[in-house]
Amino acid sequence: MSRYRMQRLGFALLTLISLVVVAPILAVIGIILVEGMGAISWEFITAMPFDGMKQGGIFPALVGTLLLTLGTAVVAIPIGVGGTIYLAEYARDTLVTRCIRLAIVNLAGIPSIVYGLFGLGMFVLFLRMGTSILAGALTLAIMTLPVIISTAEESLRSVPTEFRTVSASLGGTRWQGIRYIILPQALPGIITGIILGLLRAAGETAPILFTVAAFFLPRLPQSPFDPTMALPYHLYVISTQVPGMPIHIQHGTALVLLALVLSMNLFATIIRSYFRRRRQW
Amino acid sequence: MEKIRVEHLDFYYGNYRALSDVSIAIEEREITALIGPSGCGKSTFLRCLNRMNDTIRGTRVNGKVLLDGQDIYHRNTKVVELRKRVGMVFQRPNPFPQSIFSNVAFGPRVLGLMNRRDLASIVEESLRGAALWDEVKDRLNEDALSLALGQQQRLCIARTIAVKPEVILMDEPCSALDPIATLQIEELMQSLKTKYTIVIVTHNMQQAARVSDFTGFFWMGKLVEADVTDSVFTRPQKKLTEDYITGRAG
Ligand SMILES: Nc1ncnc2c1ncn2[C@@H]1O[C@H](COP(=O)(O)OP(=O)(O)OP(=O)(O)O)[C@@H](O)[C@H]1O
Ligand SMILES: [Mg+2]
Repeated sequence: MSRYRMQRLGFALLTLISLVVVAPILAVIGIILVEGMGAISWEFITAMPFDGMKQGGIFPALVGTLLLTLGTAVVAIPIGVGGTIYLAEYARDTLVTRCIRLAIVNLAGIPSIVYGLFGLGMFVLFLRMGTSILAGALTLAIMTLPVIISTAEESLRSVPTEFRTVSASLGGTRWQGIRYIILPQALPGIITGIILGLLRAAGETAPILFTVAAFFLPRLPQSPFDPTMALPYHLYVISTQVPGMPIHIQHGTALVLLALVLSMNLFATIIRSYFRRRRQW
Repeated sequence: MEKIRVEHLDFYYGNYRALSDVSIAIEEREITALIGPSGCGKSTFLRCLNRMNDTIRGTRVNGKVLLDGQDIYHRNTKVVELRKRVGMVFQRPNPFPQSIFSNVAFGPRVLGLMNRRDLASIVEESLRGAALWDEVKDRLNEDALSLALGQQQRLCIARTIAVKPEVILMDEPCSALDPIATLQIEELMQSLKTKYTIVIVTHNMQQAARVSDFTGFFWMGKLVEADVTDSVFTRPQKKLTEDYITGRAG
């Protein structure tokens, strides 16, 4: 076989493989879109569910997921980014920091149900937060931290050391170098990590199962100490726990969750390119 | 006037002794060139003068480096302050990936100067000082990395003088540049020397002979010979120096 044909064959094979990868994703999105579109209406998004959730909307679940994601962000972003700056820029390579790194790597591999049980034991019971948005957000934050930290550390380390040296040679303190030179360059990567982590948090069911999620609670939470419905759990409930559930409601709920996640992703991409263009003081 | 006086300086990377017993006096508003074969300790010595070696772990210094008579290795010395007085230009042009303006304004900004008008005037003054103003005055907000390499290096010089240092250290500032850009930097150095004390490391013997007033020759961590440039190149005192500058050693 000629080199030329070999190459053509290679290309064809690779194209096929990428199609195999993309096809299921497109199929999932397609099916949910087609089947779920019918359920989507203003009422579906803004109304309380009733009649055993077979009628009405998903408003409390939507709000609950937004609140949980927000709470997760408030807890995980400062701790994650602050901790990473310390680890990557200040901490020396000691036994302690090595243990911390090891812990972070391992934390990333823990199944989400374990986080859920930990949250139940730690926040709900031991710290007496009850099943509440607070306990749920804290649990999700812990699950999100390894994602944020490992991507943020990666992006800080990818900024050449030379810039730290130059900043120091101009009389800048370590922090000034980080704040004005290093962080702006690492920011797109850090933001990507944050969004990836939050996306995962928004879509997870297991960690919120015992810590915050309510089966059926047709009102909005009044304080961080209230439980709430949440989209992923609600989807699970209406798909498996409620007999006679109209299928278009299930697909509609999935569609809303998907749209939420995809729009967050889009938002991340926009922020990222914005910061890429504008790496200024 | 003597600006810097180094007395019996030893420098160690861990157990490796990179400099031994170096003593030299550096005159104010002159250009001092440091020459010598690769690995002889020129960069190490240069970094001792603004304590940039501090950032490398496991290093150790003995001896004194006096700047205007004050030992910069004294424990009361504020390193950040020292580096404002002794600036540095690196081998590879390394502007920050930001606008031309932000690059020059970085130093003044970290010193706390925030007023836009004052900043603008310092930026202009520094760019003029680095012979770059006419080339970039209409594109101050463009990315510094869009400049040619020679311009980038002059931008780095502008960034350094924006802090208003007294001494400028240059570590092979032309080694990444073409001959024309090199010539521009050399001319620039002549104009800078009216205001600043300059110490330059170079591998290029002709460059040392052309630009400097005083030359130090390093060999394996030792300062073998240091004298007025003309003498070093025409009547070297040591056999080693003569061999090196005539190309028989190194
Ligand atoms: N960070 C470091 N850690 C350990 N050893 C180092 C370090 N930097 C330099 N050295 C060693 O110290 C010696 C002097 O290095 P230095 O960079 O000062 O030489 P130089 O004269 O500037 O060489 P060149 O002309 O190649 O730039 C060399 O043997 C080098 O290997
Ligand atoms: Mg060197």
